[in-house]
Amino acid sequence: MLDLVESALFINLATLTILLLFGWAVWSLSRQEFIQEAWRRLQQNTVAMVCLGVIGVYVAISLADSLVVPLKEGVAVRNYSLVDLLYKNVPQEEGYSAPFAKTTYKTLNAKPLKGFHPLGTNVLGEDVLRETLKASRTAIIVGGVTCLIAIPIGLTLGILAGFYGGWVDDTVQYTYSVVYSIPEILLFLALFLVLGQGLPQLCLALGVATWVNLCRQIRAETIKHRERDYVLAARALGVSDFQTLLRHILPNVMHIVVIICTLRFSALVLSESILSYIGIGVGAETSSWGFMINGARQELAREPSVWWVLVAATGALFGLVLAFNILGDAVRDALDPKLRTR
Amino acid sequence: MLTYLLRRVFYTLPIILGVMLLTFFLFFMVSSPENVARKQLGKNPSPELIQNWLKTHGYDKAQFINLPFDPKYKPDQPWYESQFTNHMRATLLFQFGQSDVNGEDISQRLLEGAGPSALITLPAFIMTLLVTVSLSLVIALYRGSYLDWGGMFICVLLMSLPIMVYIIAGQWLLGLVLRYFPVFGFAEGGDSLRFVLLPVVIGVLVGLGSSVRFYRTVMLDEIGQDYTRTARAKGLSERVVLFKHVLKNALIPILTNVVADLPLLILGSLLLENFFGIPGLGNLTVFAITELDFSLLRALVFLGSLLYIVGLLLTDISYILVDPRVRLE
Repeated sequence: MLDLVESALFINLATLTILLLFGWAVWSLSRQEFIQEAWRRLQQNTVAMVCLGVIGVYVAISLADSLVVPLKEGVAVRNYSLVDLLYKNVPQEEGYSAPFAKTTYKTLNAKPLKGFHPLGTNVLGEDVLRETLKASRTAIIVGGVTCLIAIPIGLTLGILAGFYGGWVDDTVQYTYSVVYSIPEILLFLALFLVLGQGLPQLCLALGVATWVNLCRQIRAETIKHRERDYVLAARALGVSDFQTLLRHILPNVMHIVVIICTLRFSALVLSESILSYIGIGVGAETSSWGFMINGARQELAREPSVWWVLVAATGALFGLVLAFNILGDAVRDALDPKLRTR
Repeated sequence: MLTYLLRRVFYTLPIILGVMLLTFFLFFMVSSPENVARKQLGKNPSPELIQNWLKTHGYDKAQFINLPFDPKYKPDQPWYESQFTNHMRATLLFQFGQSDVNGEDISQRLLEGAGPSALITLPAFIMTLLVTVSLSLVIALYRGSYLDWGGMFICVLLMSLPIMVYIIAGQWLLGLVLRYFPVFGFAEGGDSLRFVLLPVVIGVLVGLGSSVRFYRTVMLDEIGQDYTRTARAKGLSERVVLFKHVLKNALIPILTNVVADLPLLILGSLLLENFFGIPGLGNLTVFAITELDFSLLRALVFLGSLLYIVGLLLTDISYILVDPRVRLE
């Protein structure tokens, strides 16, 4: 089992599967005229397109860190991601060194550096830029996979509850009211303690907390559409319930999914960093901006202070979250002009 | 009015029951007590040691009903003695029992922690409310101007930073460089002010961005309504229109938003308390996480949910006070 999970083929296939799932989602959305029109509106928003580009860069980095190449290292075979390959020949230093520095960060006995580090090195002498890049993969995975977990649950339950009403609606409403009434942070913590640490567990825990919001909104939107003429016409023509849901209602509520996921993404990335910071997020072997900030926290008080780890992690995190915040607003304005923040 | 209140209270009962069931599911069924025991007892404990631990913490009972089909059936105990009934009874009576880690009385710890937490969260809560509502009113007054645009931009920037960056920056700048505040610690009585001030300021700053943005949207929605036009047509000044008419009507969404923060009033902010060494409930939660204290976290989850549910109930009641049109359908 462990061999399979760690084999390069499996990792690459899993990455491609997730990528394909997202690609398929985008493709099926883009066939709708409504979405095409929203996309044209979004394209006129220069700031939003810049943010989309920034997010694209982050996604490309995380993709480069997700695809691995198996390389023989003595007897053992180790998986190198594309980012690792890039840094394969950059040697580890002996402790802190400032960005662009030529020597290690010490007042006495500073040693010359073996390599070039644009963002300096951390306490172990590892390149900070490499760690920052690797952590962006964690952030993107947490946001993306959490959405992949939350969307099917929230969408299915929300549509069914809104369409059928009655006891189905009551059950779904009751379920999400219960989950909703546990404060979010406590729900995460409880799920963590129960599931244990790790990237998949983190995504699952965040997904369990995220679907509720989606389900509520989808349910409300479905109720609005249920009584519309086009649905009544479909039913009058004898279209089955399943076909009505799939062909007529689903496309008309999909924009809610897009809005909520883009708006939610930044919160997910922030949650990941905060949880990792407390020490219960992803495991210690996975890089995370939260870990980097935690490690850098004590070092500010040093004399002279070590600031670059904190700045690198915060800057990378800030860039991604800001881009998603701005894009989320723009996407909402483009898809749902009624919700526009004037 | 009274029937509405009674019905509303009655509706929350199944939700509370659901939370109790969910906590049972999470803490007793998903994670088996044997695993908890193993984690608590360190590496490779003997089976007797585990059994002993389970027994002292009440995990050796049958899971749902003490009847012969249960693997943990105890013939000498009545049929209703089970983990499930114990859990339900304990949470209903607020008898949370003892901590899994150090055997301390949980209720006692919760009571001790509530005070210091409230000392931070209560001022932060009130200040946040005042600051965000007045800021959003000012921004709504100058809508469409550079002030509006700049304010919204700053809000998005504020929203994009995690709370620990605020704390680290605040501690470093105000505590270490300028030496205005102590960085860590807590004191009882009047002396506590020194320690509380910085966490409160950071607490206000963290929630600022999203709240101001949301309230501004709410205000602008109200400004677009007919009654605002009527008020202006009567010749009222913009200030009176905003503060008397718009603010009053914007209260409902603001109230809803505020209630979401209510459980944090008692539970405190995990990171703020952890960073500044304030012995409140937030710190207790972090302790429960790092020490894998299941019974403590169970109590905290239940208590937090209960507070939230009560908060939602209070909002619904306050809706009737603010808006006479609101009635339960």
